[in-house]
Amino acid sequence: MKKYISYFRMWLVMGLQYRAAAFGGVITQFFWGFMEIIAMHAFHESNPASYPMTMEATCSYIWFQQAFIAMLSARLFDGQILESVRSGNIAYELCRPVHIYDLWFSRSTASRLSGAGLRCIPILIVAVFLPKSYRLSAPAGPVQFAFFLLTLVLAVLVSVSYIMLIYISGLYTISADGFRRLCSSMMDFLTGGYIPLPFFPAKIRQVLELLPFASMQNVPLRIYSGDLAGTAMYRAIGLQLFWLAAMVAAGRVLCRNAERKLMVQGG
Amino acid sequence: MQTQNNPQTRKRTGALRLYGHYLSIILRGKMQYKKSFFMLFAASFLASFTVFLSVYFMFQRFSHVKGYTYSEVLLCYSIVLTAFSLAEIWARGLEDFPGMVRRGEFDRIMLRPRSLLLQILGSQLDIERFSKILQALIMLIYAVNTSDVRWTPLRAATVLFMLVGGCALFSGIFLIQAALSFFLLNGLEFTNIFTYGLNEHGKYPVDIYGRGVMRILTFVIPFALVQYYPLLYVLGRREEIRYALLPFAAALFLIPCYLLWRFGVRHYKSSGS
Repeated sequence: MKKYISYFRMWLVMGLQYRAAAFGGVITQFFWGFMEIIAMHAFHESNPASYPMTMEATCSYIWFQQAFIAMLSARLFDGQILESVRSGNIAYELCRPVHIYDLWFSRSTASRLSGAGLRCIPILIVAVFLPKSYRLSAPAGPVQFAFFLLTLVLAVLVSVSYIMLIYISGLYTISADGFRRLCSSMMDFLTGGYIPLPFFPAKIRQVLELLPFASMQNVPLRIYSGDLAGTAMYRAIGLQLFWLAAMVAAGRVLCRNAERKLMVQGG
Repeated sequence: MQTQNNPQTRKRTGALRLYGHYLSIILRGKMQYKKSFFMLFAASFLASFTVFLSVYFMFQRFSHVKGYTYSEVLLCYSIVLTAFSLAEIWARGLEDFPGMVRRGEFDRIMLRPRSLLLQILGSQLDIERFSKILQALIMLIYAVNTSDVRWTPLRAATVLFMLVGGCALFSGIFLIQAALSFFLLNGLEFTNIFTYGLNEHGKYPVDIYGRGVMRILTFVIPFALVQYYPLLYVLGRREEIRYALLPFAAALFLIPCYLLWRFGVRHYKSSGS
C-alpha cells in the first residue's frame, strides 16, 4: 500500500507543475459554464413549468461540473498509460514488484486530482461572485455539504474505476482508440455531462439511475444544492459503493487475466 | 545538356495535384486498418449523436426555446455541425500543428520547397468525422420536412452560403490556433472556445445567449454572420437580401487569420529537438 501512496504523491506533484496549461483550461471551462447557464435560462424562460430543477441548483451543478471537469470527465486519459501499452514500455512496469491495476489506479487518480486542483479554485471563486441568477450559491446545509464532499470522493473513485476498464481493454486489443472514444462518449452523455439527469425523460432516467454512470458526477453535484436528498440520496450512495466495488473487482480480474497472456512485441 | 534529374527542368507537380496525392496516401493508409477505421467512425458518430439526443430530450420537455421550434433549431444545428465537421476534416493538420511545433517537425516542413500550408493541410485528413456530416444530413432532411419554411431558390442557396461561410470561418479559427502556437508553447487550450465551443453552443441560434454574446460573435469572431443573420432570412423572419449574403462577409475573416499566420511563420524559432 505504501508504495502506491508514494507513487500517488509523486504523480500529484508532477501534475501540479502544468500551471500554464491549466490557465488555458480555466478560461475555457469558465466560458463553457457561462454559455450553458445562459442556454438553461433561455429554456427556463420559455417554459418554466417544465423545468425539473431550481435555477440555483442548475447553476451550482454547472459550475461544479466545469470546476471539477479534470476530475470527473470521461475524455481525459493519462497519455502515458496509453502510450506504455502501445509502445511496450509496460514491460518495464511488469518487471517491478507492483500490480499494474493498483499502479494505474493511483496514477490516474493523482493526475485527475492535480488537474482539478489547479483549475477549480479560480473558477469557483469567480462563480461565487457572479450576479444572482448565474452564481454558485451556498450549499443547502452543512449536512448536505458533508455528504457532497463524501460523494465527490466516491464519484472520483467510481469514474477512475470505469476509466480503468477502458485502459485494460487496451491490453486485449492493440488499437483501442475507437473503443476508448466510444466508451467516453457514452460516459459523457450518461453521467449528465451534456444535460443533468433530471432533464432526461422519466422512463430512461429510471433505468439510468441504476447504472454506474449515475454514480459519478450526478450524485455529488445534486446533493450540494439539495436536489438529491432523503432516501433517494442514501440509495444513490449505496449504489456508488456497489459500483465502485464491482468495477474494481472486474478490473482486477481482467487485468490479472491480461497480464498472464500479455504479449510484448519485440523492442 | 540538361539531364532529367536537374531540378530546374523537372516539371513541378501542381499544388492541387500534390494535395490530391497527399490525400490519397492518407486514405490508402487508413484503409489498411479497416476495423480501426470503422470503430473510429462509429465513435465519432456516437459522440455527436449523444449531443443530438440531449437536444431532443430538451425539446421533448420544453417544446420551444425563445421562439424557435425544434425543427428550426435542428436546421441551425445541422448547418453548424456540417460546416464545423468539414473544417475539422480538412484542417485537422492545423489542429495538430502545435504538436508539430513542439516535436520540432515543422523544421522539416520548412526545408521543403513547397507551400507550408499545403504540406500541413496535406498531412492529415480526418475522414472518420464524415459520420458527423452523415448525422447532420439526416437532421437537415428532417428539419426541411417538418419546419414551416417555404423554400425558394434563394433560401436554399442561403443554406449553402452558411455552410461555405461557416467552413471558412472555422478553418480561419484553426489557422489562428496554429499561428498562436508560434508564440505560446503551452496554454492554447482556450482557443477551443472558438472551435469546439462554437460548434457545441452554436447549435442554438446565438440570439438566445443575449446581447453581449451576440455582439462578440458579430464583431470579434463573426460567427453570427454565418449562423444567426442568414438563418433569419431562411426562416423568413427577415426579407432583406443582405442577410443572406452576410456569410461571404464572414469569409473575409480568413484574411486577418492568414496575416497572423504569416507573421507567426516569420517569427518562428525552432523548439530544438
